[in-house]
This record gives sequence, structure tokens and C-alpha cells, in this order.
Amino acid sequence: MIRTKIGGIVNISRRKAVKMIAVSSAIFCSGVGSVLAGKPEVSDQINNIISGSLARKVDVLLDVPEIAENGNQVKVAFEIESPMSESDFVQEVYILADGNPAPNVAKFNFTPYSGECFASTRMRLSKTQDVYLIAKFNDGTHSITQSTIKVTIGGCGG
Amino acid sequence: MSKIKPRAKIPKEAEFDEVIEIKTLIRHPMHSGRVKDVDGKTIPRLIINKFNAMFNGEVVFTVNLEPSISSNPYISFPFKVKEEGTFELSWEEDGGNQYKLTKSLKVV
Repeated sequence: MIRTKIGGIVNISRRKAVKMIAVSSAIFCSGVGSVLAGKPEVSDQINNIISGSLARKVDVLLDVPEIAENGNQVKVAFEIESPMSESDFVQEVYILADGNPAPNVAKFNFTPYSGECFASTRMRLSKTQDVYLIAKFNDGTHSITQSTIKVTIGGCGG
Repeated sequence: MSKIKPRAKIPKEAEFDEVIEIKTLIRHPMHSGRVKDVDGKTIPRLIINKFNAMFNGEVVFTVNLEPSISSNPYISFPFKVKEEGTFELSWEEDGGNQYKLTKSLKVV
């Protein structure tokens, strides 16, 4: 009796343990998978932009709302720390939105005449999604910033 | 059709070495090519695809716009004042139409 009881308990707990391991590894795998998969178009686009360049650590402020009530007019502003001198300046800034029918939003081209690196515009977002900012410097390095925006009403028509 | 009209807000005067912010707006529907009209027909794409800012003949700032930019596109950008002169702002529409605006800047 005792033996079977113990055996039963052991069995159950082993089964549970196996189940738990299986479940947790499944969750882990799916989590990793979704991160890696992302939106292929957008990751391709990003890889195209940054191909062959090194990452640089700079202060980038991507000023977007956390929740956009109207996807037709979503403010996007950014500020990048840079001396903006002839020898060291931000050359291009890409804005990408991964949930839109076309991920490209805008490309800003700066020159040393700018003095500082900031700009703002308004964009359309079709649904809740991630917005990426990629800054490319004149020496070929880049920096990526990302932010999630919740969109209540999509703004791409239909 | 409402008239397409560019506007810009540039300070009339600025100090030497001051970084000013220039705000621009153009009234434009920015048809993305995905919206349907009342009859169910797709409105063809018609957007402003490029914005150029020139100062005394030199390009100081440009933007490539995509259909994901809102109607009546607003753009603000920085400029470091080094000399007096005139800004020439231009917006290029699909099909080659251009809308232009010139504004002068004084250094005090």
C-alpha cells in the first residue's frame, strides 16, 4: 500500500515535473521564436540600412505617445546627441513602423548646417505596433531605438 | 479640392550661432493609394514625396516622405544661424509638381 502510494506520488510528481519542463521550454521556445521572427520585411529593411556598419552608443530620444487615440495623426519627434560638426554629424535618420502596410515612414537627411539633431513630423499607424528609429552617422556607424505605440483607431483607411 | 498651400514659421531675426527651429506645414491630402472613395474605387496614390530646405543655395535639410506620413504633413527641423539670407523650401509631389516658399532671415 505504502509502496504503491509512494510510487504513485513519485510517478505523478515525475509526470508533473516532465510536463512542467515541457511546457516551460515550449513557452521559452515560442518567446525566442517570436522575437527572432518579428516582421521579416522590417528586419530585412533594417538589415539593409545598417548592413556593414558598426553600432554606436549615443543618447537618442524618440518622443512618441504611448497610446495613440487616432492612428491618422501620430506625433513622432526625436532628438539625437551629436556635435553636428563637419567631422561628426548625423547623416540620415530612418523611421520605420513594423505594422503598417509599408514599413517605411520617413527618411531625414541632416547636414552640419543643422547645428543640432532634432526633428518632428506626424505619421499614420494602422494598428498597435513597434516604431524604430535608425540613425546613421557620417563615419558609417549606426544606432537603433525602438518604441511601442498602442493605437486605438487605425489610420490607414480600408 | 482644397488648394495646396505651403506654410512655414521661421523667426524673422536670430542671433549668430543660435539654433532655431523651423516649422513647416503644407495642406495636402497625401493619398496613400490604399483608401477607397464612396463608390468603392481606390483613390490613386498622390503624396508629397520629398521636402527640401535650402539656405542661400545650399541644401541644409531634406526629408523623403512615404505614404505613412499623415495628411497635411508637418515637418520641423533645426538650423544653425551663421549668416543672413533666404530660405527656399520646396515640396515635391508625385508626378513632379513642386510647391515653393521663400522666407528671409536676419541676424541681429
